Amino acid sequence: MSSGSLLPLILAVVLAPLMQAVITRTKSVLAGRIGQPLLQPYRDLWKLLRKGAVYSQTTTWIFQMGPTVGLASVILAMGLVPFGGSPALSGFTGDFVLIAYLMAAGRFFTVVAALDTGSSFEGMGASREVTFSALAEPALFLGLAALVRQTGHLSLSPVLASVSTVTWRHAAPILSLTLAGLIIVFLAENARIPVDDPTTHLELTMIHEVMVLDHSGPDFALIQYGAALKMWLFAAIIIGVAAPWHFGNRWIDLGAALGGMLVLGIATGVIESSMARLRLLRVPQLLLVAIVLSALALAL
Amino acid sequence: MTALLISILLFGIGAAGSLIVANRIRWLTFVGAGGVILGSLTGIAPAVRAALGAPPQSLRIAWDVPYGSLYFRLDALSAFFLLPIFLICALAALYGTQYLEAYRGRKALAPSWFFLNVLAASMVVVVLAHNAILFLMAWETMALSSFFLVTFEDDKESTRQAGWTYLVASHIGTACLLVLFVLLGRANGSMDFDRFSASAATGLLFVLALIGFGTKAGFIPLHVWLPEAHPAAPSHVSAVMSAVMIKTGIYGLLRILTFLGPPQAWWGWTLCAIGLSSGVLGVVLALAQHDLKRLLAYSSVENIGIIALGLGVGIVALSAGAPFIAIVAFAGALLHVLNHALFKGLLFLGAGNVAHETHTREIDRLGGLLRRMPGTGATFLIGAAAISGLPPLNGFVSEFLIYLASFRGAISLDASGSVPMLATLSGLALIGGLATACFTKAFGIVFLGHPRTEHAETAHEAGPVMLVPGFVLASGCAFIGLFGSTVVQSMAPLISTVTGLPRISVGENLVQASKSVAIVGYFAALLIGLAALLSLARTIALSRRRVATAETWGCGYANPSPRMQYTASSFTQPLTEIFGTFLQTRQIFTGSDQLFLQRAEFRTHTDDPYQRYLFRPLFHGISRGMNSLRPLQQAKVQYYVLYIAITLLALLLWQVS
Repeated sequence: MSSGSLLPLILAVVLAPLMQAVITRTKSVLAGRIGQPLLQPYRDLWKLLRKGAVYSQTTTWIFQMGPTVGLASVILAMGLVPFGGSPALSGFTGDFVLIAYLMAAGRFFTVVAALDTGSSFEGMGASREVTFSALAEPALFLGLAALVRQTGHLSLSPVLASVSTVTWRHAAPILSLTLAGLIIVFLAENARIPVDDPTTHLELTMIHEVMVLDHSGPDFALIQYGAALKMWLFAAIIIGVAAPWHFGNRWIDLGAALGGMLVLGIATGVIESSMARLRLLRVPQLLLVAIVLSALALAL
Repeated sequence: MTALLISILLFGIGAAGSLIVANRIRWLTFVGAGGVILGSLTGIAPAVRAALGAPPQSLRIAWDVPYGSLYFRLDALSAFFLLPIFLICALAALYGTQYLEAYRGRKALAPSWFFLNVLAASMVVVVLAHNAILFLMAWETMALSSFFLVTFEDDKESTRQAGWTYLVASHIGTACLLVLFVLLGRANGSMDFDRFSASAATGLLFVLALIGFGTKAGFIPLHVWLPEAHPAAPSHVSAVMSAVMIKTGIYGLLRILTFLGPPQAWWGWTLCAIGLSSGVLGVVLALAQHDLKRLLAYSSVENIGIIALGLGVGIVALSAGAPFIAIVAFAGALLHVLNHALFKGLLFLGAGNVAHETHTREIDRLGGLLRRMPGTGATFLIGAAAISGLPPLNGFVSEFLIYLASFRGAISLDASGSVPMLATLSGLALIGGLATACFTKAFGIVFLGHPRTEHAETAHEAGPVMLVPGFVLASGCAFIGLFGSTVVQSMAPLISTVTGLPRISVGENLVQASKSVAIVGYFAALLIGLAALLSLARTIALSRRRVATAETWGCGYANPSPRMQYTASSFTQPLTEIFGTFLQTRQIFTGSDQLFLQRAEFRTHTDDPYQRYLFRPLFHGISRGMNSLRPLQQAKVQYYVLYIAITLLALLLWQVS
């Protein structure tokens, strides 16, 4: 275990909800509204944490396990993701496999918690979640394999540390293809348009939000916070590839990465404002595109 | 070695004893199960010692059979496969004592106990045998005893059909093995394994071994017997067959590889391709099943695929001269053999509890069982998470090793070596995602939500004897998940036997690889700890607040019925749709399309595509071909005398010319 820095984890824990606020604000501005304050997600979390809870009569302990395992797994995965030139808290050969499977463990328990309610809406959401993530997984792994092959390292911190402007000059096609694949995975895994619409009001069309319909109070806060962290995690990997400037000064590097996150947040907001959600039947095709892009990056 | 012979002897006593006390049920259970359990307990200590690196032991007794000898040898490879055999057999026998109670008075139980003992003994001999004749005899005994165990409920047409399929498949495999051993024996002038060595045409031998042992292991497309035989057998027998018996196929393949000398790259490619198709198609077929045990049988095909992927990567790396990758890949594949024995045994026994209490295996007729069967449900959940390859459990550790090897191979090998590696790692990712879908369905629909039928409504927890084996196996899954690095390091003698690499360097490489596994173990512990901490915090926070219970949110509809729940078929519909061209699911809809529907019925059924499009036409063709020979058979002695005369004449002419 190489000695790492606590900084990426602390930044993620503190700033993750802010990224969601940036997306929401971008959408509001583009729609001609003022939008909610940037600190609104924090207020929502705080409000939820202080509330009581309502549990369905049908549910068992599985239902209560979903949010806690979900959040625990994403926090641990965060411990393996570097940020802005600072290595992750922990890193070892093959750590990105653990990251992907920790997320899968969180997903497994979210899905069984949804099935625990016996609701057909939540069953529907769970069904879509497992379908799309089964296709997103190979795309993610092929993308990671392309990065690994390009850099020759087998741990996420050194992989992202060795992507630099020089690498981009040598291997721009490979890196941009990988990046495109990763961005599709980012949108799919985080329930964003064009895969899922986090603000829709129709349960029939939702994926992620419909799975957590019955959670309330602190449980729901854990879920929302976990979702924010998960988004930060994917974004951090993408920014690690897309913003490869290493200035030598730790704080400037961090600032650049944070700027990158801001840009990615705004870009996501722009995507969400400028296109409609895909029909559910089209989503597998989009994910297939991600797989093909990553495979192409490997073939080059 | 003596302990192992005593163990075989105890199985023998159990078998003979079962027949002697056949009519006294109490004694029968005692003797039948006692033989298996005592035999297994006796054998486990020497097996552990040998697996950890005790020097190999041999025992050779002369035997009248031509070319045969009672030649047993216990090395690390045999010992590693003995461990799950003893563990699962003992637990299954314990479980069977109560499971078979339900058949008391309706069925003769003596044969079942007799054959379970014979099966246990024959599996032990299969992995110990060091002479081809002895091996084949044990192999055949294993096939026949499991055939009789499968056809326990022989009053059912479907069971007889399943047994028949199994018998035919098994013998096609054995035919290939017969040719394989004859070729090896003729080239080396002896049927003893230690005289076998690399000869010409190793490729042919490899293919024969692949078909012969692949049929037992369940490589696609030779898997067709698995989804028939496993659901038909009583649950403790399914557990033994799926968890350990099919692994003897993997054992055989590995044993043959040690004779064939340095492996060639295309063997690895072939195994990767087989692993990929078995893994992906196995889990896709599992997704489409409505029968819980059939689902588990297909999932065994998937896991055998994962094992084959690991072996394939290992062989490609060996032939490319990359020992580290090979060692890690073989460690992953072999650890998955053990892991699959643990969680598949657990899941089959859990499914047995469900079938025993609700009298149905139809997933869509169950539901809400976690409240009624808390112990079965909790262990089934652990098995489901483990088989999906999720941390903090054992399935992740073995898949992690295979990932590690293939990522390493993707970087360091040249193009021809890295292609199978990349195929393996993307295939594993897809398999992992689909397995999560498959087992959230199996656990979620069966154990969660509302009971869908009265059977599920009135179910009770199974007795302690049927629960204990599940708890033992679940703790095994957790143990390897948390302490995987210790297990991986102790596999050095085994991997050295399989790869032929010197043990010291294997050990060093494994220590290197197990560093990552150790950190995975820390993370597994942290995951459990952090989740528990968060749960505690939530409980404390809620203890002083208003916590209400209400109906599940149904968008304002307050009178939901259990029939409105999502079913297993609807849960997997998006995925079965994507793989529709392969699955060819048949949909039968009866009812009118008028505005007010009176009665309607909708069924889906997914046949095995290989059974339907490959084997059924093939065997129909063969039987038609045979029918055309019918006119030769005239039931008149004169004709047969004529045939003999013609044959003799033909032979004479051939000899003369």
